[in-house]
Amino acid sequence: MNPAQARVLPGTSKRGGKAEPFGSRNARYTWRKITNVVMLTLTGAATGLAIVPLIWITVYVTMQGSRFLNLAFLTQLPTPVGVPGGGVVHAIVGTGIVVAIACAIAIPIAVAGAFFAADHPNSPLGIAIRFGTDVLSGIPSIVIGIFAYTLIVLPQRHFSAFSGGVALAIIMLPLVLRTTEEMLKLVPRNLREGSLALGASNWKTSVQVLLPAALNGVVTGIMLAIARAAGEAAPMLFTAFGSTGLNTDLDQPTATLPHTIYIYAMSPFKDWQDKAWAAALMLIVLVLGLNILARALTWWRARQMGLNY
Amino acid sequence: MTLATRTFSPKEFKRRLRHGDVIFDALTLTAAALVLLTVLAIGLQLWQQSQFTREAFAWNLVFSADWNPSAEKFGALPFIYGTLQTSLVALLIALPLGLGIAIFLAELASAWVSRTLGFLVELLAAVPSVVYGLWGVYVFAPTFVKPTGEFLQTFVGFLPLFSGSVSPQYSRLAASMILALMILPTISAVSRDVFQAIPRAQREAALALGATRWETIWQVLIPYGLSGILGAVILGLGRALGETMAVTMVIGNNYNLVASLLEPGSTMSAVIAGQFGEAASSDAFRSALIEMGLILFVITLILNMFARLLVWRVARRVPTELRV
Amino acid sequence: MLATKPSERLSMFTRALENNPQENVTTTTNIKMRVQNLNFYYGTFRAIADVTMDIPENRITAIIGSSGCGKSTLLRTLNRMGELVAHTRTQGTVLLDGENIYDRNMDVVLVRRRVGMVFQRPNPFPKPIFDNVAYGPRLLGVRGQELEQIVEQSLRDAALWDEVKDKLHESGLALSGGQQQRLCVARAIAIKPEVILMDEPCAALDPIATYKIEELMLTLRSAYTIVIVTHNMQQAARVSDFTAFMNMNPQRAGVLVEFGPTKQIFTNPTKPETEDYITGRFG
Repeated sequence: MNPAQARVLPGTSKRGGKAEPFGSRNARYTWRKITNVVMLTLTGAATGLAIVPLIWITVYVTMQGSRFLNLAFLTQLPTPVGVPGGGVVHAIVGTGIVVAIACAIAIPIAVAGAFFAADHPNSPLGIAIRFGTDVLSGIPSIVIGIFAYTLIVLPQRHFSAFSGGVALAIIMLPLVLRTTEEMLKLVPRNLREGSLALGASNWKTSVQVLLPAALNGVVTGIMLAIARAAGEAAPMLFTAFGSTGLNTDLDQPTATLPHTIYIYAMSPFKDWQDKAWAAALMLIVLVLGLNILARALTWWRARQMGLNY
Repeated sequence: MTLATRTFSPKEFKRRLRHGDVIFDALTLTAAALVLLTVLAIGLQLWQQSQFTREAFAWNLVFSADWNPSAEKFGALPFIYGTLQTSLVALLIALPLGLGIAIFLAELASAWVSRTLGFLVELLAAVPSVVYGLWGVYVFAPTFVKPTGEFLQTFVGFLPLFSGSVSPQYSRLAASMILALMILPTISAVSRDVFQAIPRAQREAALALGATRWETIWQVLIPYGLSGILGAVILGLGRALGETMAVTMVIGNNYNLVASLLEPGSTMSAVIAGQFGEAASSDAFRSALIEMGLILFVITLILNMFARLLVWRVARRVPTELRV
Repeated sequence: MLATKPSERLSMFTRALENNPQENVTTTTNIKMRVQNLNFYYGTFRAIADVTMDIPENRITAIIGSSGCGKSTLLRTLNRMGELVAHTRTQGTVLLDGENIYDRNMDVVLVRRRVGMVFQRPNPFPKPIFDNVAYGPRLLGVRGQELEQIVEQSLRDAALWDEVKDKLHESGLALSGGQQQRLCVARAIAIKPEVILMDEPCAALDPIATYKIEELMLTLRSAYTIVIVTHNMQQAARVSDFTAFMNMNPQRAGVLVEFGPTKQIFTNPTKPETEDYITGRFG
């Protein structure tokens, strides 16, 4: 076969023995170009569209919530329906307690587990752990709530802040574990080998060299996990449950912010609905604030590393 | 020389170290194993605690539509239908949007724009479910979902899915749309990672053949990353199936089996959340709700395992290809 | 192993040059592409400085030079692939049949349709062999029997047909590295481009596969204008009609040192730098 026998593709015309660039004046080409522009524009539009609800929610919650958010709201206990004033200090304290319990349980386990996963990246158990962690993070929080209920509330026969903390700990565990593991893997090899070569034991290297080097990233992961846990209402329905008064006993039912928002929002009373907005504003400031702070820390760390190299 | 160092110090050296290391290894192993044990324990507990209804009603729970707890009738079909319906509609809305976002962020936007907008989209996932619910009930449903429902009913009302009366506040459509918002970040973030993992050479090959940007994306990149995108979709689906608070707050908790999207309905998670308080006193009732939790657990477990395998496969394929 | 004397080193190319049918150089031909005062920047870094050269039609032009001197970058400016990298800028003109491909009104998709490319590493799509070759023609709206004919002809022209005719529906990735690269050539010529750019097409191949690609280039020459970037000077001497030698200037920007018929560049270079490079005293 002689390739010199120039094939002419349909739609191309001969001009001076040369194939004209395909379809410069061709309907199909025009159509391809239009499709290209339209579809690429649509992807940009989709991105813009996704931002709209975020702005809508934050702006609306801020406008509604700020009307009722004041010092009393942060420091006082709720008043009975119809009595003006009052606040949600019980829920603020409750959220603090439940999240603190969750951190106390989840962080040590997650960090220790992360060392294992980072140390055994290719062993069957290491892969199983990472896989299990990913799967655990996909289990609905309501299912985790039921689990904590059957595990603690049912045998004890009463709701408690502790059971809520356990549920949130299970939610936080995979998030902290995976970020810590990723951060440990990012620690330069020579840092680790340098320590081991000096005769330090594996655990000393891990705790004294690796963990500090990865600490910034680990803290970011913990912040994101706290943001996630602090906003969870579903598991609280079966565990911490709620209270109308201030409670600091870990063994007693305790109000939390998200659960209080749910109760207030679904109530028929106008002043409770108003309070739901104010509580939602607090929660959204906390959660989005933690997210933004975590992102800023990540950015800062990346810049630091960039400057080092 | 190596022989000398090998026979020289190590034994005693090691013995001193081993003590600390053995404990440390045991600790980390235990912690890591706890993750797997937790998954197992969740399944086991739900299985045991739903024993009552599993034995008393067998598969009736799944196939019966008769829900009347006071008469000990536990047919969860309306809720299973509601869960599937709202999740699939949410997926239908979120998939094209999420894919579009992923394409824009990974293929078109500059690094700075991509980072900033990507972060904002991810913030959508950070907004607590209960805040979505609050905003959904009082703002989104009346101002956006209701007109959309009326529009749909006018034009495609002959379909059972869009029949019936348009509910002003609570509806499955509202739940679906809010679920779509909530799973959008999952789908877009995972698909974006998938796009970014596709070798440059694939794009260059298509562009060098005179393909437009869109043709490159649609005909080469999407097929190349298909299994990863499928993984993203399944992850999103898993998220939607189990989502509770926002759905509970906007869906209206109607316990009858209704086909229409425009009317109030319920889902498995919404029923569990809404009725658990009453169920605590009745063994059968509680067991029925826990069994629904078990169903949710099993479905999301399977979906997640499948999705992770898909995403992992794409992610793992990339480095090996770059190494060749 | 280093050659002791320049003359000895030069003789290493004698056989390669003898195998090269040089008659093409003496016969006159059109100028297919004309690079004029081309500069290319990555951010503020100038990677290509003031390159001017003519690429003759139906000839093989080789670009040689030490690594990092901008050979591939120059090649990629010829079908505007360079601009795919963020923060890059091109200055100057590249004329294709007298039209500046960097002109505002020039459509980049049409440029690339006319100026095809084969890459350093084989990059078939993870699709069947048939679909790989059919990709370009399909874009142009070719369907049915005509498409099958084009695919077959392209695979024949790429000397791959006999090896794959029975497994057209197997994945292109199932082929060996050399076969994959020929598949990429077939894919590129299926849309009948006017120019084919080859960016070190044999870098990832074994000698036998390399030999096949070189054979292929020589047969394709009569129908296409070929520009090849290569590290392998033997290869340039074996296949090319013209050779461009690039080097880095003190600011690390790539400059064109010398351009001329391959035989002259390898046996009688006019610039001392070229001679240093050819004889192995440099790089």
